[in-house]
Amino acid sequence: MGPEGAGTGPEATATPGAWQIATVESVHTESPRVKLFQLKLPGRGNFQAGQYYDVRLSAPDGYQAQRSYSISSSPEEPDVIELTIELITDGEVSSYFHEVVEKGEKIELRGPIGGHFTWTPDYTEPVLLVAGGSGIAPLMSILRHRRTVGAASRMLLMFSVRTESDILFRRDLEQMASEDTNFELVITLTRAVPEGWAGETRRIDPQMIDAAFDMVSREAGGEFDGAKEPDRTFGRAYICGGTGFVESIASYLLETGMDYNEIRTERFGP
Amino acid sequence: MINNRFFGRRRPEPPRPIPPGQYLEDGFPVLSAGPTPRVDTATWEFTIQSSSANGSEGGSETLGSWDWDALNALPQTDFHTDIHCVTKWSKLDTDWRGVTIDTLFEDAGITDPDDFVMAFCDGGYTTNLPVEDIVDGKGLLAHTYDGEPLAPEHGGPVRLLVPHLYFWKSAKWVRGLKFMDQDAPGFWEGYGYNMYGDPWREQRYTGD
Repeated sequence: MGPEGAGTGPEATATPGAWQIATVESVHTESPRVKLFQLKLPGRGNFQAGQYYDVRLSAPDGYQAQRSYSISSSPEEPDVIELTIELITDGEVSSYFHEVVEKGEKIELRGPIGGHFTWTPDYTEPVLLVAGGSGIAPLMSILRHRRTVGAASRMLLMFSVRTESDILFRRDLEQMASEDTNFELVITLTRAVPEGWAGETRRIDPQMIDAAFDMVSREAGGEFDGAKEPDRTFGRAYICGGTGFVESIASYLLETGMDYNEIRTERFGP
Repeated sequence: MINNRFFGRRRPEPPRPIPPGQYLEDGFPVLSAGPTPRVDTATWEFTIQSSSANGSEGGSETLGSWDWDALNALPQTDFHTDIHCVTKWSKLDTDWRGVTIDTLFEDAGITDPDDFVMAFCDGGYTTNLPVEDIVDGKGLLAHTYDGEPLAPEHGGPVRLLVPHLYFWKSAKWVRGLKFMDQDAPGFWEGYGYNMYGDPWREQRYTGD
């Protein structure tokens, strides 16, 4: 075995550059623990769906804290980036965003950063997206980008959240699923399940992943016979969420025979 | 610029300074770009390869190779050190055991290395380093963390450990070093991360 070389392919990106100042245009409460922040950043560089920005807060006494947040908006929206921020217990940055930040606030940030966990429309094979909680953020950018450019490539999103009120971007996702025959939406609730819930009701497991593979191969016109042929199966997966969540799903996908390099992971939190 | 109403939730002051932009982390986060490769020590091998220019017929030659038993038979070294991840967390007082790069070079009779190496790994990950940053006690091939065999999600069975640089340079699931006479970007470097990665100068990204 030997070195396989650097990431200098089409996904390579420009340098994140200097710190810039963005202005909060709106704050929206999306769920009990998650708020969406629209930040205006005039003349922001282009970014790829799946990338993130580093945010830096500076206290009056000079203390600074930095964190990274995925962009949940589409690259096509001019001058604006949307950050999806979950309130973390004892989180000094997320609590500032949730408790203090309002429209007009100036926020220092730089980016875009990242290059492996990105999707561009030139990738046309079927894609499996798997999100745990606020891990949906970079996947929303991918789905919105795909919708804006009118890509026909198939995508299936498996979205795991605790309760119905934690389904972020629900309306947008359900609308996407109803309008686009090439997009499948699977939502699973792992804690409280409401009366009449028609979706899944457990943590994502191999069975649920196999069912997702079935969906893609059925759409390709035919029974799933176990053979993972290129156009009847996922060519790539993007998994985003907590580390335990990502680890178990990535491991299973590796077992199904997916190419190691096509299983892309973004792990939130410790 | 100042966020006037930001005061932070100050954790206890770290016992010693941590690099700019970092926060202290007690846990040990896992932040790989892909799945955890399953590596069998029975078939594991680490090699040091010459640069392509120096190898016979334009190819690269193997200057040294060690299997799992050979690695464990070499003189072992303990590192007690702080580690700094580019994703902003720093962890103090970590304990590692393994074989220094100096020991490997000596064992292979490498006395005049090229200036740079590309570390390469199971799964295809690569990262570039100046040789002077992995010798003289600065680099370890680590198989034990905190007294236990290094867990797969943290890079086990063997990872490179170069703690004075950002932790993406401490390549997980490392399988070898290939010499280069010129610096060239590895996996993250090609995506815009800094070619060198000194946390004390906050060299996270290209141009920092």
